[in-house]
Amino acid sequence: MTAFADTAAAAGGEALRPHAERAFADELAALAAADDRPRPARWKLSPWAVATYLLGGTLPDGTLITPKYVGPRRLVEVAVSTLATDRALLLLGVPGTAKTWVSEHLAAAVSGDSTLLVQGTAGTPEEAVRYGWNYASLLAHGPSSEALVPSPVMRAMAEGMTARVEELTRIPADVQDALITILSEKTLPVPELGQEVQAVRGFNLIATANDRDRGVNELSSALRRRFSTVVLPLPATPEAEVDIVSRRVEQMGRSLDLPPVPDGVAEIRRVVTVFRELRDGVTTDGRTRLKSPSGTLSTAEAISVVTGGLALAAHFGDGVLRPGDVAAGVLGAVVRDPSADRVVWQEYVETVVRERDGWKDFYRACREVSA
Amino acid sequence: MLLGVRHHGPGSARAVLAALEAVRPSAVLVEGPPDGDALLALAADERMRPPVALLAHAVDDPGHAAFWPMAEFSPEWVAIRWALAHGTPVRFVDLPAAHSLALTERTEGAPQEQDRGGIDPVGILAGTAGYDDPERWWEDVVEHRAADGTLADPLAPFAALAEAMAALREAYGDGGHPRDAVREACMRLRLRAARKEFGEHIAVVCGAWHVPALAARTTVAADKALLKGLPKVKAELTWVPWTPRRLARRSGYGAGIESPGWYGHLFAAPDRTVERWMTKVAGLLRGEDRPVSSAHVIEAVRLAATLAALRDRPAPGLAEATDAVRAVMCDGSDVPLGLVRDRLVVGGMLGEVPDRAPAVPLQRDLARQQRTLRLRPEAQERELELDLRKDTDAARSTMLHRLRLLDIGWGEPAAGRGSTGTFRESWRLRWEPELSVRVAEAGVWGSTVLSAATARTVSDAVSAASLSGITVLAERCLLAGLPEALPVVMRALADRAALDADVGHLADALPPLARSLRYGDVRATDTSDLAKVAVGLAERICVGLPRACAGLDADSAGRMLPRVEGVHTAVGLLAGAVPADGLRERWAGVLGTLSARDTVAGVIRGRATRLLLDEGRLAGEGAARLMGLALSPGTPPADAAAWIEGFLGGAAAGGMLLVHDERLLALLDAWLTGVPAVMFTDVLPLLRRTFSAYEPGTRRTLGELVRRGRGPDRAADRVEVSAPGFGAGLDEERAAAVIPVLQLLLGTGTGTGIGRVAGAGTGPERAASR
Repeated sequence: MTAFADTAAAAGGEALRPHAERAFADELAALAAADDRPRPARWKLSPWAVATYLLGGTLPDGTLITPKYVGPRRLVEVAVSTLATDRALLLLGVPGTAKTWVSEHLAAAVSGDSTLLVQGTAGTPEEAVRYGWNYASLLAHGPSSEALVPSPVMRAMAEGMTARVEELTRIPADVQDALITILSEKTLPVPELGQEVQAVRGFNLIATANDRDRGVNELSSALRRRFSTVVLPLPATPEAEVDIVSRRVEQMGRSLDLPPVPDGVAEIRRVVTVFRELRDGVTTDGRTRLKSPSGTLSTAEAISVVTGGLALAAHFGDGVLRPGDVAAGVLGAVVRDPSADRVVWQEYVETVVRERDGWKDFYRACREVSA
Repeated sequence: MLLGVRHHGPGSARAVLAALEAVRPSAVLVEGPPDGDALLALAADERMRPPVALLAHAVDDPGHAAFWPMAEFSPEWVAIRWALAHGTPVRFVDLPAAHSLALTERTEGAPQEQDRGGIDPVGILAGTAGYDDPERWWEDVVEHRAADGTLADPLAPFAALAEAMAALREAYGDGGHPRDAVREACMRLRLRAARKEFGEHIAVVCGAWHVPALAARTTVAADKALLKGLPKVKAELTWVPWTPRRLARRSGYGAGIESPGWYGHLFAAPDRTVERWMTKVAGLLRGEDRPVSSAHVIEAVRLAATLAALRDRPAPGLAEATDAVRAVMCDGSDVPLGLVRDRLVVGGMLGEVPDRAPAVPLQRDLARQQRTLRLRPEAQERELELDLRKDTDAARSTMLHRLRLLDIGWGEPAAGRGSTGTFRESWRLRWEPELSVRVAEAGVWGSTVLSAATARTVSDAVSAASLSGITVLAERCLLAGLPEALPVVMRALADRAALDADVGHLADALPPLARSLRYGDVRATDTSDLAKVAVGLAERICVGLPRACAGLDADSAGRMLPRVEGVHTAVGLLAGAVPADGLRERWAGVLGTLSARDTVAGVIRGRATRLLLDEGRLAGEGAARLMGLALSPGTPPADAAAWIEGFLGGAAAGGMLLVHDERLLALLDAWLTGVPAVMFTDVLPLLRRTFSAYEPGTRRTLGELVRRGRGPDRAADRVEVSAPGFGAGLDEERAAAVIPVLQLLLGTGTGTGIGRVAGAGTGPERAASR
């Protein structure tokens, strides 16, 4: 395991995506130096400093802390307070709302380590939450603490750190239940050795879950009760969302080697507007209510629609992002359920798109792809 | 002793109570209109339950009114109750309502909102202390501190506040409230009078802003000079019940508060405010079947306390409590939180006022209107014919419609006598004694018939359950001439229409809207919004109708049929009344889709075909082709019969169509004779239903036609072009004979050719529309 741990460092220190505590080590150090508020046991920073780390600000010594999360201050405060009251934190939200991002930075700021991570999948076994065995050692020497392979959660308990569980609702229900004892009793018995691991002060757990996906393992109310829930919203203003989308599109276009597009902002704005209006069920001017389709229409999907449109424009068009390039992508994102969503989409096209000034091209493109 | 308070501040109320208990003044003066002094005693009545409001209105203009709302936790209310309970004299000291009403200009409709221009003293203090939210600063510094109940000197906070306000007033002068000088002069004069009467030992409860002015030393002459020549109206005052929701309104005491329920809790809870609040929230959520355990309550209290610490606040406030409830008890969702906000943070308890309170102004307004419109309430039932083109009659109709909206059933609309014009209305009037009670009940909605009907309609629109309910409301709203309620109703209508997935509901909603647009024409109301909604609705129906008509069984199809017809009529009305480009064409397109789609029930297909034919959008050959398709041998006879019912039934002219169009009759004849014997009994009831609706004359003609069979000169397949359904060729001589009469009817002058006349007469619809 240690053989792999520092491959990135060995390969020249240039990891594709460095961990938060490494990428923002300077900021964390500056915050710790300036932080004179009381810190809960084994916290690297006080709750105030953690909130500042996430929301950004300027320290007394002039160090600029970049905002990690752009959104309501209230949510970050609730999240940090929850961790400070040693209650587990559940971050909910539709895909693309920075749940993982927030959880990673919270763990990095609170414990200085964001790597104690359990990735939830339909196949996550109980060993990933509790402990496993090194079977060679187990067979050779019998059960002993040397043969035991602790899970990230177990290590976090022993060392008083913050553990992270990604996509909690994808984990099978019986494995989820293993968390209940850990969260309520704060202990993990190892009957094979006649021992138990008791959580040290400072241990806590941040889970993320998707509240829009269907067919996932709904949390039992017993488990749910052990979490405080914070719902991360979609971007609040169209401006913020256009900003996020165009920045991400630019980055992705670069990594996909798409030729740069002269002026896509108008189309990006249009896609974001369509997504927001359908998602919110009301037009931007707030005057007309609309039905919402069954898809999530998250910012992440807007990004992929625009990237797809760019690829179309670059390879098959004249290089300028045009309504026709995005219309098919928008249709695909909106109409997930072929019967109900199609009506929603047609109503939207006929009652909103058609009437709007300067949207004639888009209307025609929509009619074309809808037909 | 000057007790400066924040209106509706629970902390101020506690402090006032403590101060009064400690000082025990010989008289209590409260900021409020002195013309209401006589009503003060009612506050002690056991049937009086806050929130209530002191209402002042001009006698000859009940719509011109001002309110002084009071909740249980209002310092003014606390002071009044304390004084009444201790037998201490209590007076109001502000400017009399007679003057303040005269000073504020009249605004139409809604009750008078007082001028709120100028600076916000609390906001400035909060900004100085580094708070962005003045409410929060006040809570932290004054309300929370005082709520501890551990103050050594009950007067200390008032002294500190007075000092701060004095500094503010030095810096800002009158702070943009020019009328305050007059009000304060009046307060000082009354304070002097009270001193003369009760001695120096007097407590004054007023807004903190006024304290420095009351403490200032001025001469009587100067104060009197300020009050000289003030305009005056005849004002009447009474207590009216109030709701927590309306406490948030800025009127009278100018503190609009967002969370009366929370303030009430702060005032009522003896200790452990947050713990008690969380328990209340848990109780509410449990009552709504949400599993909330005591463990949840514990965690929520802890989280609220930590949040307050993180935000550097001395104690958890409403914001912290709400965040904690959301995260711990509501799984981060705002939906159950909305319930908490509605029921607890705002609260829904309606105030009560004893019967002894003077009569509501609505009654007076009604009486006044009855006089001006010369429409006396009579117990005897009588009929009233109104001609809406006359001003008085239009006003009468408007008033009766408004009363109906208020559930005051004085007049009921009756079927018109003979006349069908939209400018005529018939009413049956009858004044029952219990209607007076209804008027009193309706008094909570407003002080004039107009404002009450507006408020009631708005409330109804917001809470209406069904789409058609709102369209009916919109129609009545137009009839009753409520311009201020209309946007709200329109909004509710648009919202509900957008969210209603059932095309049937939309189709039900469209015809009343189309009708309303025509009323709008008659009554000269502005209906552009309505038109927009109606067109939007029609567009939605166009999108969804083909799908909604697919795969219906006979019963559902039967229910859908009148809707399709209703929409057809409504689209016709709409296309004439509003600028809706291409709506008619789109609708025709939808009918075309309906008539051609196999999954659509036969009866609807048939009717769609028929409507198209009547519109003149289907040449005779087209109708024959569609009929041939529908009656082809492969189609189950029951379906074909349903198609025939749709195509030929209903409309009275259905039979005439067969009489005149031999091809259709021949097709029908051929189909009917081809129906197998076993199926015949199945289709018979449908056919009977269709044909029995025809007039006897038509039926007989049809029978004769069928018996005669196809004569050689009536063959349907003649090639000569003619108007569809008519015999070939034109007997020019006979046709020319009717031209003078037709010209007279059509109002056209000269030069109409025969061809044009014949063209105008092709479809029954066109003929009827002329």
